[in-house]
Amino acid sequence: MSLNRADIENIARLARLELTEAEIPVYVDSLSRIFAFVGELDRAPTTGIAPMAHPLPGLAQRLRPDEVAETDHRELYQRNAPRVEAGLYVVPKVIE
Amino acid sequence: MSLPAAPAATVAELVRGLAAKRYSSVELTRAYLDRVAAAQPELNAFITVTGEAALAAAARADEARAAGRGGPLTGVPLAHKDIFCTEGVLTTCGSKMLANFVSPYDATVVAGLRQAGTVMLGKLNMDEFAMGSSNETSYFGPVRNPWDTARVPGGSSGGSAAAVAARIAPAATATDTGGSIRQPAALCGVTGIKPTYGRVSRYGMIAFASSLDQGGLITVSAEDAALLLGPMSGFDPRDSTSVDSPVPDYTATLADSLDGLTIGLVKEFFDDGLDVECGARIREAIAVLEKQGARVREVSCPNLPLSVPTYYVVAPAECSSNLARFDGVRFGHRCESPKNLTDLYSRSRGEGFGAEVKRRIMTGTYVLSAGYYDAYYLKAQRVRQLISADFARAFGECDLLLGPTSPTPAFRIGDKCDDPITMYLNDIYTIGANLAGLPGMSLPCGFVGGLPVGLQLIGPHFSEARMLNAAHRYQMETDWHLRVPAAFA
Amino acid sequence: MEWETVIGLEIHAQLATRSKIFSGSATAYGAEPNTQANLVDLGYPGVLPVLNGEAVRMAVRFGLAIGARIAPHSVFARKNYFYPDLPKGYQISQYELPIVAEGTLDILLDDGSRKRVGITRAHLEEDAGKSMHEGLPGASGIDLNRAGTPLIEIVSEPDLRSAKEAVAYMKKIHTLVRYLDICDGNMQEGSFRCDANVSVRPKGQEKFGTRAEIKNLNSFRFVEKAINYEIERQIELIESGGKVVQETRLYDPDKGETRSMRSKEEANDYRYFPDPDLLPVVLDAAFIEGIRASLPELPDEKAARFVREHGLSEYDAGVLTASRELAAYYEAVVREVGGEAKLCANWVMGDLAAFLNKDGLEITASRVDAAGLAGLVGRIADATISGKIAKDVFEAMWASGQSADAIIEQKGLRQITDTGAIEKAIEEVMARNPGQLADYRSGKDKLFGFFVGQVMKATGGKANPAQLNELLKKKLAG
Repeated sequence: MSLNRADIENIARLARLELTEAEIPVYVDSLSRIFAFVGELDRAPTTGIAPMAHPLPGLAQRLRPDEVAETDHRELYQRNAPRVEAGLYVVPKVIE
Repeated sequence: MSLPAAPAATVAELVRGLAAKRYSSVELTRAYLDRVAAAQPELNAFITVTGEAALAAAARADEARAAGRGGPLTGVPLAHKDIFCTEGVLTTCGSKMLANFVSPYDATVVAGLRQAGTVMLGKLNMDEFAMGSSNETSYFGPVRNPWDTARVPGGSSGGSAAAVAARIAPAATATDTGGSIRQPAALCGVTGIKPTYGRVSRYGMIAFASSLDQGGLITVSAEDAALLLGPMSGFDPRDSTSVDSPVPDYTATLADSLDGLTIGLVKEFFDDGLDVECGARIREAIAVLEKQGARVREVSCPNLPLSVPTYYVVAPAECSSNLARFDGVRFGHRCESPKNLTDLYSRSRGEGFGAEVKRRIMTGTYVLSAGYYDAYYLKAQRVRQLISADFARAFGECDLLLGPTSPTPAFRIGDKCDDPITMYLNDIYTIGANLAGLPGMSLPCGFVGGLPVGLQLIGPHFSEARMLNAAHRYQMETDWHLRVPAAFA
Repeated sequence: MEWETVIGLEIHAQLATRSKIFSGSATAYGAEPNTQANLVDLGYPGVLPVLNGEAVRMAVRFGLAIGARIAPHSVFARKNYFYPDLPKGYQISQYELPIVAEGTLDILLDDGSRKRVGITRAHLEEDAGKSMHEGLPGASGIDLNRAGTPLIEIVSEPDLRSAKEAVAYMKKIHTLVRYLDICDGNMQEGSFRCDANVSVRPKGQEKFGTRAEIKNLNSFRFVEKAINYEIERQIELIESGGKVVQETRLYDPDKGETRSMRSKEEANDYRYFPDPDLLPVVLDAAFIEGIRASLPELPDEKAARFVREHGLSEYDAGVLTASRELAAYYEAVVREVGGEAKLCANWVMGDLAAFLNKDGLEITASRVDAAGLAGLVGRIADATISGKIAKDVFEAMWASGQSADAIIEQKGLRQITDTGAIEKAIEEVMARNPGQLADYRSGKDKLFGFFVGQVMKATGGKANPAQLNELLKKKLAG
């Protein structure tokens, strides 16, 4: 299954990955190979087989009690933030 | 290069040595730190060495021992793969994206091993975001195989495997999503264990593919793995996929007889892709196990050859979503002077991620996208069901499965970088266990052209004790696991 | 051309849990930015979600209350998109297998008729954070306190045919979630928000027209205005040869119009897939029945009971059951009075409501409690005071906090029921107004009211009106 430049540009936009001009053909090539490779799955006999979302079957989600278990650690957590002002994470203007 | 002498061969010996006061934890830690420093230019196994903190922890461990507190592992040094969050310490995941990220918390695995008294030497190099089979995708440079430094150690836990193989750390934590513990263990001639999915908490283990990732160990021996697996395992309320079932004492059954053990040789693993000499080493190992009392028979898992394509749909899909949080807003790399929101995201991510990571994010984004979800993602999850069913059937006929870990011994750095598929096929024997959530091990079983070969064991869910037992009995009869590359002896 | 409007509402109600849906952070409103955002809420590397059981129970309560099917097996899915208030780059929601499916809700329309509105589904998801734009030139500041607050998203069938119906439905859902104690319904704080999908089609056409989605309406008034504006806009557009574009729009309350949301114009491919970090939610019959047993009397049941037991009209019953607290207040008044259900209803819906409104108070903060109002109504019922005087007494009770009896006593407002006294007052008024008397007796019936007014004035408003009427008639007749 071959991908083209437009496909790569679309995917990169969806995934918010800026690619240089030089990178684009490289990804077109490698992703095309990957999809040619995974195309093998088509011939697997999966009629009537359920998709397996979790490797251990039959387990159910645990329900946690409704308790507040946290205190304010803003100062610690914001040490890694590239840009913070008045406790807010700053980004270029969000236009609605 | 001559390193200062390694204090002991195994963690088991260190445990005895510390208990017998033959040395202190501070002496041990200092000795390993010296070896780490000496080996670093050659191997590049570490990203961060936490020397001062290690010595302080070692001193506290010595105090605890003197006061009669602590347990057998108190004061034993080890190192953590840089995928585990370590509080107050740089946690990079081998990526430029997190090159400056100091984690504000400890992964459950790290906390568990610390509570057991171990001393952290530092953070180990790895393929970027655990994506790779050769440790060549790390932002911090490739790791080299101590057996031949022109060759790869395997990946993604290349640093863990190289460190243990060179005896610059007695043991290392690692993670395995498609073979990233077992394959590097095989290529470096050391022992690796990937537990059952849900056995070890994933809280604090930076996510690559959530339904496949599992934390585990790379050690010198199965006995060492048995000693360290306990404190790493168990139910964690902070991980919804963590299984609430009791953790056995893995050391208690290590020396059990193998009489009555049925081992299945997976027919599909002994295919044309397997290097002939590697195959020969595996067969020799099988003979050893048979002499120990195990019975061997052939089994077939006919859908296994589809594991690699299945994996390369499911894992990228999950990672494309898991890595969306890296956007330059709350942590991690942020581009200079973003012009607008889209620019902030696209440039920060474009700059912060390496090529393989971008490749997998794009693959994953595509297979989840409208119009392709059914044909790719759902299809792959159905094939996953088929593969799991194959294993379940096989375990109806035998207790453990056996095969090679890697199709070839370690290849040269730079050899497989052109075609991603060639690189992906390194995991052809290991991926199946991840898809089915099964535990797996690799143990050294000989050499080909001076390079180590690994034997793979796969067990049913929660059969770690059985696997460790079989591996230990094998290691009682052989000494492959005790070999050290001459340059690091 | 006759047009028909088709409306579907998506309501997001914040569940009133103490902690967030997937983390142990507090959900309290109004904290300093990012002081209620822990590592899980921030989407830090390595963290994982753990599901709050109370959020599940609340969703089940809602499902049972609308007669829906509770899924024994439901799945959380990731909705993937990039936005600064979405820290993980995906929202954990439910997609193919929601926890609640196929319910209904009956609404009362203006003309008194009932309409059954279908509810396609309701599912659990996490709320996003907030962006602030003030004080940061060219930039926005992100507060993630709200990120991870549990939401229930309630999706109606496109069964609504007018803005009024839409508001009636929204109000009913608002009442219901408060009855169930699953949401505080505080629209100013954003606990209850509505998106409206609006389209028009020629009357009689089966096929739906293209719809536009108006997002984030947070008041009943805005919902009505926005929908009406949108209907007009779409009709005008089509009638002038244009086509309605499927898009997301925002309502501007200052301008009174909807406008297209530029940033969301690019169609989002959300790439939904089951969240591998969460296991399927499995609910057995025992769990569900346990919750059913704990449901309070629901608004419709209560209103029907009011009609049955208190003889109220459907409309009055509907008003009085708009909230559990109001209904409880009303019933307490009736109980204390020992009857007079209609009179009590009039007082609660009339004077009490007016005073609550005037002071911006909820029923729970009423300055006259149920016992107090019952005291007043009782004095009307036993003819101690007239209904008219009672209004003055109520006002004084509201201002002073005193009981009806105390005020009646202090101000000497007891009604005059002594026939003799009333007759005397009537005679005095007749004597003082011979001209009007003569006019009345010669056929000017309208002057009856004049005499009533004069006698009332003379008695300080305290003459029992019924008796006054009867006696006055007799006396005037001669």
